Amino acid sequence: MSNLTEIRWHGRGGQGAKTAALLLADVAFQTGKYVQGFPEYGPERMGAPITAYNRISDKMIRVHSNIYDPQYVVVVDESLLEAVDVTAGLKKDGAILVNTQRTKEEILPHLKGYEGEVYIIDAHRVSMATMGRYFPNTPMLAAIVKVAGIMEEETFLREMKASFSHKFAGKPEVIDGNMAALKMAFQEVR
Amino acid sequence: MAKRDRLSGNEAVAIALRQINPDVFPAFPITPSTEIPQYFASFVANGQVDTEFIPVESEHSSMSAAIGASAAGARSLTATSSCGLAYMWEELYIAASNRLPLALALVNRALSGPININCDHSDSMGARDSGWIQIYAENNQEAYDNMVQAYRISEHKDVRLPIMICQDGFITSHAVENMELLEDEEVRKFVGEYEPENYLLNPDCPMAVGPYSITDYYMEAKRNQAEGMKHVSRVVLDVAKEFAEVSGREYGLFEEYCMEDADFAVVMIGSAAGTTKDAIDGLRAKGEKAGLLKIRLYRPFPAEEIARALSHVKAVAIMDRAEGYTNHGGPLGADVMAALFRARSEALAVNYIYGLGGRDVRVEDMEHIFTALKQIAKDGDAGETYRYLGIRE
Repeated sequence: MSNLTEIRWHGRGGQGAKTAALLLADVAFQTGKYVQGFPEYGPERMGAPITAYNRISDKMIRVHSNIYDPQYVVVVDESLLEAVDVTAGLKKDGAILVNTQRTKEEILPHLKGYEGEVYIIDAHRVSMATMGRYFPNTPMLAAIVKVAGIMEEETFLREMKASFSHKFAGKPEVIDGNMAALKMAFQEVR
Repeated sequence: MAKRDRLSGNEAVAIALRQINPDVFPAFPITPSTEIPQYFASFVANGQVDTEFIPVESEHSSMSAAIGASAAGARSLTATSSCGLAYMWEELYIAASNRLPLALALVNRALSGPININCDHSDSMGARDSGWIQIYAENNQEAYDNMVQAYRISEHKDVRLPIMICQDGFITSHAVENMELLEDEEVRKFVGEYEPENYLLNPDCPMAVGPYSITDYYMEAKRNQAEGMKHVSRVVLDVAKEFAEVSGREYGLFEEYCMEDADFAVVMIGSAAGTTKDAIDGLRAKGEKAGLLKIRLYRPFPAEEIARALSHVKAVAIMDRAEGYTNHGGPLGADVMAALFRARSEALAVNYIYGLGGRDVRVEDMEHIFTALKQIAKDGDAGETYRYLGIRE
């Protein structure tokens, strides 16, 4: 199972964490991997904490449970650091990626002593600069692809362009902004 | 040529339906099956199918319209979940007793209450005695493959019964997974044209459908339904054999995983079977003789075949994702234990209720079941046979 990558997404309803997980499954599939992308549904409403999951593997994935010991955690909304135990089960040799305007040093005390790698990105800034509106999931998707080393930037951007062209066939004007957000997020995550 | 893809279970079933291009699809939405008619409506709008899509005001009407269309001689279906199935209750029996080979894409969800949108099998288990064929899937691939095979089974002249193609709500319906699709042409060729023998819109042979049956005939009508059911297992296997030639994927009445030399077995239905396979691989690596019998065809129930497959096990856990409120277990437990009794099996059997309302099932949970089975075999006593998995008491 060493080739299995497990990712847990924490977001709030309406921020697109589920969509990001499905898009990640989509692009990872394009690299020939076995994938799963699925949401955990509670009472769906805007703003409620939601969880989504990814498994990416070289072997067929048969397990159908949620992910309890992820290698990576993505926090799409930093207010969840207080509301949800985001580091629960997170592997020490893994990493957490947080969307925040604060510094790593400011975030660390909120991670319950997590000893693994911590990455941050200001998805708000990226989103406003490239799309003019706040869609945190697009920058977070690019950031986790880089952090988890899921694929090379060039391949990722090529596959996402194809994916967006399909997804946004009805409103092609948003494709450029989304692509710019992905590129900028690749540079901004640290 | 198979085409590799990654799809949610709902999208996979919708694509199978596009490839089948049925005549009539009446639908009313309910979570988590809504996406099936939603995707299908876009196929209709795009002209990819020539199906008559009928948005109706309730599930009572969607099933009624599917029945009417089928009686008229059309290939029809609908999709639903949970309370939607409950609202079709009366029509389920009418479809079956009229021997109408229509299909229902069911996405399993708990029945209220407490109100819950997540997976268990309480909806379809309640319909197990309605006279419908029921087939279940472990993953998206199986949901797709079962849908492709559905009409070949239900329309077979020795069967002529409605068929329910079930998959686990959210767990497979909303999860994107890898799968292989058949080419459109392959599916169309495999499913074939529907040529009903008797139907309402046949001017050469006027007939009535669903008339009153006096006491003198009612029992014979029900016995005839049972006769149709008797042929289902054979037809399911014949269709599966043909399907394997097209797809390379093999199906039976149930799947046996590491059962050949198993001392301890789990019998279950649906997506948790995949999780159980991972648990079994771990246990096998430690030398434990664990196995899985995953039910595909639940109605009719292949009792003799299941008893034979379990004949050599020391202890077996039958997993029910629905309560039966019998005070001794769920419906699958009752069916398997009756099968074991008739086969004079000496296996020690216990029945677990698990996964209600979407309660997650982990690899560790299934390891725990096998640990319990080992202890039961060691004690030579099943102890309490009516158990709950992972419940807070």
